[in-house]
Amino acid sequence: MVSGSNKIEQKKDSRGSDKNIIELNNISLMFPGVKALDSVDLLIKEGEVHILLGENGAGKSSLVKTLCGVNKLTSGSILFDGKPYDPHTPLDAIKHGIRVVYQEFNLLPYLSIAENIFFESLPRKAGFVDYKCLYAESRELMDRVGLNKFSPQTLVEDLGVAQMQLVEIAKALSGESRVLILDEPTATLMPAEIDNLFELILKLKAQNVSIIYISHRLNEIFRIGDSVTVLRNGQLVGTQKAEELDIPTIVKMMVGRTMESEYPFDESVKPSAPLLRVENLVYKGNPHGKSFVLRKGEILGIAGLVGSGRTETMRALFGADIKESGKIFLNDLELNINSPKDAVKSGICLLTEDRKEQGLVLEMSCVENTTITNLKGVSTIGFLDKSLEKAATDKQINEMNIKTPSIHQKTLHLSGGNQQKLLIGKWLYRDSEVFIFDEPTRGIDVGAKYEIYLLLWKLAAMGRGIIMVSSDLPELIGVCHRIAVFSDGKITGVLDREDFDPERILSLSYKEYLNS
Amino acid sequence: MKDNTKLRSVVNILLKEVGIGVVLLVLFIAFSLGAPHFFSVNNISNIFTQISINTVIAVGMTFVILLGGIDLSVGSVLALCSIIAGKALTNPNLSLPVSILSAIFFSVLIGMTAGLINGMISEKWKIHSFIVTLGMLNIARGLALQISGSKTIFNFPAVFNKFGTITFMGILPAIFIIALVLVILGTVILRQTVFGRMIFAIGNNEESVRLSGHNVKLYKVLAYVICGGTVGIATIMYMLRMSIASPILGVGFELNAIAAVVIGGTSMSGGKGSLIGTFLGAGIMGVLNNGLLLIGMGDFARQIVTGMIIILAVILDTYRTKFSAKLSAA
Repeated sequence: MVSGSNKIEQKKDSRGSDKNIIELNNISLMFPGVKALDSVDLLIKEGEVHILLGENGAGKSSLVKTLCGVNKLTSGSILFDGKPYDPHTPLDAIKHGIRVVYQEFNLLPYLSIAENIFFESLPRKAGFVDYKCLYAESRELMDRVGLNKFSPQTLVEDLGVAQMQLVEIAKALSGESRVLILDEPTATLMPAEIDNLFELILKLKAQNVSIIYISHRLNEIFRIGDSVTVLRNGQLVGTQKAEELDIPTIVKMMVGRTMESEYPFDESVKPSAPLLRVENLVYKGNPHGKSFVLRKGEILGIAGLVGSGRTETMRALFGADIKESGKIFLNDLELNINSPKDAVKSGICLLTEDRKEQGLVLEMSCVENTTITNLKGVSTIGFLDKSLEKAATDKQINEMNIKTPSIHQKTLHLSGGNQQKLLIGKWLYRDSEVFIFDEPTRGIDVGAKYEIYLLLWKLAAMGRGIIMVSSDLPELIGVCHRIAVFSDGKITGVLDREDFDPERILSLSYKEYLNS
Repeated sequence: MKDNTKLRSVVNILLKEVGIGVVLLVLFIAFSLGAPHFFSVNNISNIFTQISINTVIAVGMTFVILLGGIDLSVGSVLALCSIIAGKALTNPNLSLPVSILSAIFFSVLIGMTAGLINGMISEKWKIHSFIVTLGMLNIARGLALQISGSKTIFNFPAVFNKFGTITFMGILPAIFIIALVLVILGTVILRQTVFGRMIFAIGNNEESVRLSGHNVKLYKVLAYVICGGTVGIATIMYMLRMSIASPILGVGFELNAIAAVVIGGTSMSGGKGSLIGTFLGAGIMGVLNNGLLLIGMGDFARQIVTGMIIILAVILDTYRTKFSAKLSAA
């Protein structure tokens, strides 16, 4: 199944000592309204590769951010090398030798490799940069991570993604690093580059560096992992040795057993005739054509990992991003959508996942945000009728049960749930045939979530077609008629309600990543 | 509770629109007390005349700045417009009414065309308008010099020159009335129309407006066209007042207009501001210039003080913004 793993497998035996480098004792992390980490215990041994797994939002990033001083613990304690460790800033973490390589690189493209590696503390001589020393030290680090073919003077912008990552790792190793955290390091790498990276990881391990490794690619666990920890909803599911696990067990741990019936599902609402047909839609940067059908009165769920092309597909469909090719039919008429304006005119609307940056105009009032989708409806020959605007907004605020002291309140001051409801309200005010919701319930409380589900059902009962992109699997299973699963830019399956099964959906989500 | 929110919004509006008016009033009273001949019908009428042209250009500039853009080319475009209008006005083959009408027509047309080009280039290639209009600043100036052979045009028809000196009720000059009308018209457009709503919304969050199904580029280009149009009108006002057209007119006008807009509380990053503010901003600049001259301050010192006032006004504005944010969050 896995290529090139044999020679790596042999080196894996060089397990480090049994000394714990990091001990998390009962740590919790609270954000307003959310428990990001809930009483988590975790041991990281010196010189081991510890894999951290969990669905989107399970608490992996919160844990990493806590370790590197970005988040402040609400309760619990951390021991580092046997001593209490309480980082206040990222610099504290760096001083302790805890370094992170994030998925998004943090490099300065117009500076050289050497300058990037030592950017935080350039070697100096009489106030000037000591380039001789800089290049010599960089050379050493670059050889260590496998950048021996490049000169320290090479500009970072001339490197490929894999080499940039190695520069990041070299940068992380520039101090005395004892724990290296890698967040989705293989997401953008080619198979040969992954092999190189894994060899490097095993080499570092042999030098007694501990590695915390986050990845969606489950097959990687067995190539490099020593221990595996699974998180779910901010809680620890368990830590086990990698050789004692297999993929079905891991998936079960990630999904959990129970599915609460906190979702309204109305058997009487039956999808009817096809409404929207998408044929071989190709968005920029991904060659695979995607096809699916949405029926009237149907809620179609879109499952998949973050970065699997769900949002990109919806944005291309809506005309928000450039569509390379593909056909879109609404009621059997082909649409020519080149901009959001075209889509909105045809009767398709998109509620973006990022309501603050792309959904609402935060500095403007509820009124101005509501009527923006259809200003023709509240104006005559270009002049706005404020009383019509007020009436339209009052109606949405009542129907959506939005809590605001005044309709003239800036949307900036509304709570997350109310902002989301207003975002929906503004599109209801226009009305459309197809509603695309991208993560409509992310970051809002349970009560508001339930109201949004009810609304989806109301729209379905009115014969509208609804697409709901969500990373919350129980939610999709609870609310949707069908679920289309995205994996690495492909649709790997469309399931009917009677075939819904969390493990099956998750394995479809991981399908394309397993093959790589 | 409802009364409370109403009161709050009234206070907010007062702070927003009148805050800068208070500065103007203070300056006005101070100069009335301290500067000889300041508080007289003649001098006030003079100030009205002096601020008219800057006000009109600043009205157009407000539209552009509300979108987060800027137009540096207004001064040069004014020179170019004046040459074309001057040629029309002094063309012996045209009858008097035709020459005057064509002067106005071409002046506005050329201003709008310059704005159209500014807007389209900056939108099509996503170049910041600072750069595009900096280019246009040079192009328009060069064209004006080329077309005029770097000669000044004068000898306008007597009727035309006369209109420039008309003053109503002894205090309101005709060109000031034009400026007032444009401020009011602009305010109506910004506050009462779909177009105005779009300007504010785009200035605040362009992507959200685009995703709400609007053609953002069209609105943005239109704002530059409006700005160019006001330059065309300002050109005619300048010619009425000075009775000349010249390729070297309008140097530095862009900076005065931007200063008026910014003093008036419009945010350089867009989305926030008003034309009343702009008008008061132009008023502050005019009163300062006039008053400082009357107390006998020299050219150089006057520039220094004006510069300091611009910075001070914007510092005050940041406090006002903080205060009003606190008020509406409370």
